[in-house]
Amino acid sequence: MSKVLKVSTVSKTYSSGSKELTVLDDISFNVEQGETFSIVGPSGSGKTTLLGICAGLDLPDSGTVTLCSKNLNELNQDESAALRNEQVGFIFQNFQLLPTLTALENVSVPLELQGDSKAASKSKTLLEKVGLGDRLNHYPSQLSGGEQQRVALARAFSNRPSILFADEPTGNLDEETGEKVIQLLFELNQQAGTTLVIITHDMELAERTQKILKLKGGRVQEIRETLVNNPVR
Amino acid sequence: MKKLRLKWLFTMALRDAKASKTRLLLFMSSLVLGIAAVVAIQLFSTNLKANLRLQSKALMGADYIIDSDEIPTDRAQEIIDSLKPDASEVTFVSMAAFPKNSGTKLVKVRGMEGDFPFYGSMDTRPVAAARNYQKEKTALVDATLMLQYNIKAGDSIKIGELTLPISGALTNIPGATTVSTSVAPSVIIPKGLIEQTQLLQFGSRKEYQYFFKAADTLNLDRLEDELEPKLDLVDADLDTHTSTSRRLGRRYDNISKFLNLVAFIALILGCIGIASSIQIYIKEKLASTAVLKCLGTSSLQSFLIYLIQVAAIGFLGGLLGTVIGVGLQSVIPYFLEDFLPFEVQISIDPISLIVGILLGILMSVLFAVLPLLSTWFVSPLRVLRVDDGNLAAPKTVQIAIYFVIVATLFLISFWLLDDFIYALSFIGGTAVTFILLAGVGLLLMRIIRKQFPRNWGYPSRQALMNLFRPNNQTLVLITSIGLGAFLVSTLFFTRDLLLQKTDVEQSASNPNMIILDVQTDQRTELKSIIKQNGIPVLDDIPIVTMRMSKINSRSVDEIERDTTREVRGWVLNHEFRTTYRSELTASENIVEGSWQPTSDAFDKIPISISENVARDALLEIGDEVTFNVQGVLMPTQITSIRSVDWSQLQPNFNILFPAGVLENAPQFNVVTTAVADEAASARLQSALVSRFPNLTIIDLRQAFILIKDILEKVSWVINFMALFSMLTGIIVLIGSVRTSKYQRIKESVLLRTIGARDRQILKISALEYVFLGLLGSLVGVLLAIVATLGLALFVFQEAFVPSWVPFLVIVPGITLIVVIIGLSNIREVLGSSPLEVLRKTN
Repeated sequence: MSKVLKVSTVSKTYSSGSKELTVLDDISFNVEQGETFSIVGPSGSGKTTLLGICAGLDLPDSGTVTLCSKNLNELNQDESAALRNEQVGFIFQNFQLLPTLTALENVSVPLELQGDSKAASKSKTLLEKVGLGDRLNHYPSQLSGGEQQRVALARAFSNRPSILFADEPTGNLDEETGEKVIQLLFELNQQAGTTLVIITHDMELAERTQKILKLKGGRVQEIRETLVNNPVR
Repeated sequence: MKKLRLKWLFTMALRDAKASKTRLLLFMSSLVLGIAAVVAIQLFSTNLKANLRLQSKALMGADYIIDSDEIPTDRAQEIIDSLKPDASEVTFVSMAAFPKNSGTKLVKVRGMEGDFPFYGSMDTRPVAAARNYQKEKTALVDATLMLQYNIKAGDSIKIGELTLPISGALTNIPGATTVSTSVAPSVIIPKGLIEQTQLLQFGSRKEYQYFFKAADTLNLDRLEDELEPKLDLVDADLDTHTSTSRRLGRRYDNISKFLNLVAFIALILGCIGIASSIQIYIKEKLASTAVLKCLGTSSLQSFLIYLIQVAAIGFLGGLLGTVIGVGLQSVIPYFLEDFLPFEVQISIDPISLIVGILLGILMSVLFAVLPLLSTWFVSPLRVLRVDDGNLAAPKTVQIAIYFVIVATLFLISFWLLDDFIYALSFIGGTAVTFILLAGVGLLLMRIIRKQFPRNWGYPSRQALMNLFRPNNQTLVLITSIGLGAFLVSTLFFTRDLLLQKTDVEQSASNPNMIILDVQTDQRTELKSIIKQNGIPVLDDIPIVTMRMSKINSRSVDEIERDTTREVRGWVLNHEFRTTYRSELTASENIVEGSWQPTSDAFDKIPISISENVARDALLEIGDEVTFNVQGVLMPTQITSIRSVDWSQLQPNFNILFPAGVLENAPQFNVVTTAVADEAASARLQSALVSRFPNLTIIDLRQAFILIKDILEKVSWVINFMALFSMLTGIIVLIGSVRTSKYQRIKESVLLRTIGARDRQILKISALEYVFLGLLGSLVGVLLAIVATLGLALFVFQEAFVPSWVPFLVIVPGITLIVVIIGLSNIREVLGSSPLEVLRKTN
């Protein structure tokens, strides 16, 4: 299997006043094509920073990240944006829908950016798939939290990404709604054969992915396979 | 490179705008009035120019005119005769009397011969009067004058020694304006009767005019080039209809330029309002921009989405402003009609319309670019709750944008003013005004912060603190409210100052009636008539007319022919009205040399000249000038130079002789008196004119009324323009209040949740806007006092005591408006539960 994401010896330091704070320290790992992968760790362990660097939203101070065969260090902001548009999907804890766009328009954005003339019909199909066929023209403020996250799911899959990053996807949802969203996420992921990287506090959710990377104090504490990959264990 | 996908950008801009349409429309309104004002004035001045061009013949009534201040010399008459004039007139100012009711009035007598005007029309009531007055030997009298003095056709008028019947009321004649005719209304009589008035005697001011009709093929410019030098030599002058309309055009151009600038200030004010509102608007959009960047939008695309919105605001604002401007242009002639010699035909010039729309787009984009750039620099990391803080464009980009803004403003003002230095001064002046307004605003804010009244009650303290909240627009609002208050107050103070000046002039010790053209043999009797009426004679000033003949042994003719001369032409041809006396008056001061009160020398008479003559004739102390006094050459030497306050309404002189030299020269006198009221003035005028018909009497009280009237009209125009700034300020305020609405509602809900009552919430908000309104209007009024003080000291040279009216009317008025607008913001919080409000606003 080929590697969709390759992280080698990545470090990131932030300076706060005269103090230097190392958020990521010598991180290396790979994510294979089609794999489900979770990054877990306590607050402040560097999970979000790592996600930002992996998705090309930020650059490491040292080390390299190769996403979909592209070395992110060699891309400028706009090239990274173009790569994200073509290869990457996102799901965020607070949904991050565009408040001034309807559900259908939100889902259409990645496709429209690619110049896809069938953006609207494809988005409609996706929204129907996540059970929101009757909510196409609703604005985010008119939808519940669970519905908003389902719109975000549809949007994340709309550009048929090679890799999907989910940042605490159930963080803002109640248990029941969260569970429904996660089921939907895995279902869609399986159908599309997308690589899935989830960042979460929730060990139960992490155990449902094939691999878990544990971060602590900015360093990799362990990378292990879960029962999903090794049912005998 | 990735495709821009313009269509998608427009779609996104539209989708986003739909959700923010109220705010975007408000931003747009900030532009509308400024654009409307610029377009209205542009259209008006374009129409004015077109009208001047089209109506230039009708304005003059002829193709060209030759005029002279004296009976044309033989040589001049030869030139005039060779061109075959079609009509001619002699004009002079004189007193006219109406025997019917003993009324007297200063009028402009026009003795007309021939069928003038050839173009345009001379309108009379009845219509036939204009056709028949020469044949019937009757007079046409200005219609307003007839109304004022209750004179009807058939009554008679006495001019000098001539009494003749009035055949009609004159309602229009080419070239006359309401303002010009209100000083000395016209009375037209046949030229052949002028002799009988016996008024064309020595010392009276007169003008001989010859009107010509030319074939369409005649090149008037060439004719002017050919004849002008020849006529110059014989003290005559040529004006063609084209040169006159050009000259008029330049004069009205200056009015248009001034109005344009005031309009442009309103526009700049609106744009600053937009910039400040956009800054807050964009701040709220950054989260969405970060999401878009996450999804793959490039920096340029993110920037363009909002730039398209701003350009669309500019386009719509420009369009709406242009439409309003088109409507407004028909209002402007109403304000200026008394100053215009013709009715302006309104038409719509497409260029002004295009300029209005382009100006809307350009100005809004220009001022919004800087706040918009944060959409370029916002990092997609924001979606992950990572705030990397750095949103501002790099310093070099910021400097470049500021440079482009200043350069564009300069280019626009250069386009409006057509003068490099004026445009530069305007931009400099505007910048200084804004900096001063902002500076005083900042200073007041700092003082409040430093001297924060900690012992005040909670609502007052909270209201004051709100002025310094994050994202506050306090400074922008103080500047825009301040500018409006500044314009209106400066106007008010200046008018006050001018009226105060005329009040002083009207006091008993100052002359308010000037009697001109008093002949030497009339002096004694005239003075006794004045005294019999119980009125004092204040001054009796002898006037001797003379021209320069030689300057430092070079003849004036020689200097005039010298093409490299630097001496101003008027000095060489001017008939100086000089006087002699042994004392200086209060309105003059020796600035150089020494004043010689008396002299008996006739070889080098020690004289004093005014600063302006010294400057224009390049004369210094010790220089020698020979004057031609009615044919007698008098050599003089300049021994002193005086500064003269020409603004004093009393006879002032360019050239002053010492006592002892000119006493026997041919002369006439100017006598001044002070009359108590209109009735006394009318009685005296009637008595004097019936005895001495040659006299010209100027009643300064009437002049003051006229000045007041003109001032009133000018202030209407300026008030109208100031209104644009004020309204723009109010719209900026509404925009700003609206922008901070959500933040304020949240605060109020929070206050309410922790137990604040309606009254307290209302008090906090009301006080905040009271402070804002007070600060803004006070800044404006204070600056207006400084500006008027400058005018009082340097221009009018008067003491200035500011009136309390702006403090009592403008400050509370503006504050009240600000409070009303401000309170509209929290209306929905009052009387409803916190949860209800939160649900509604979410």
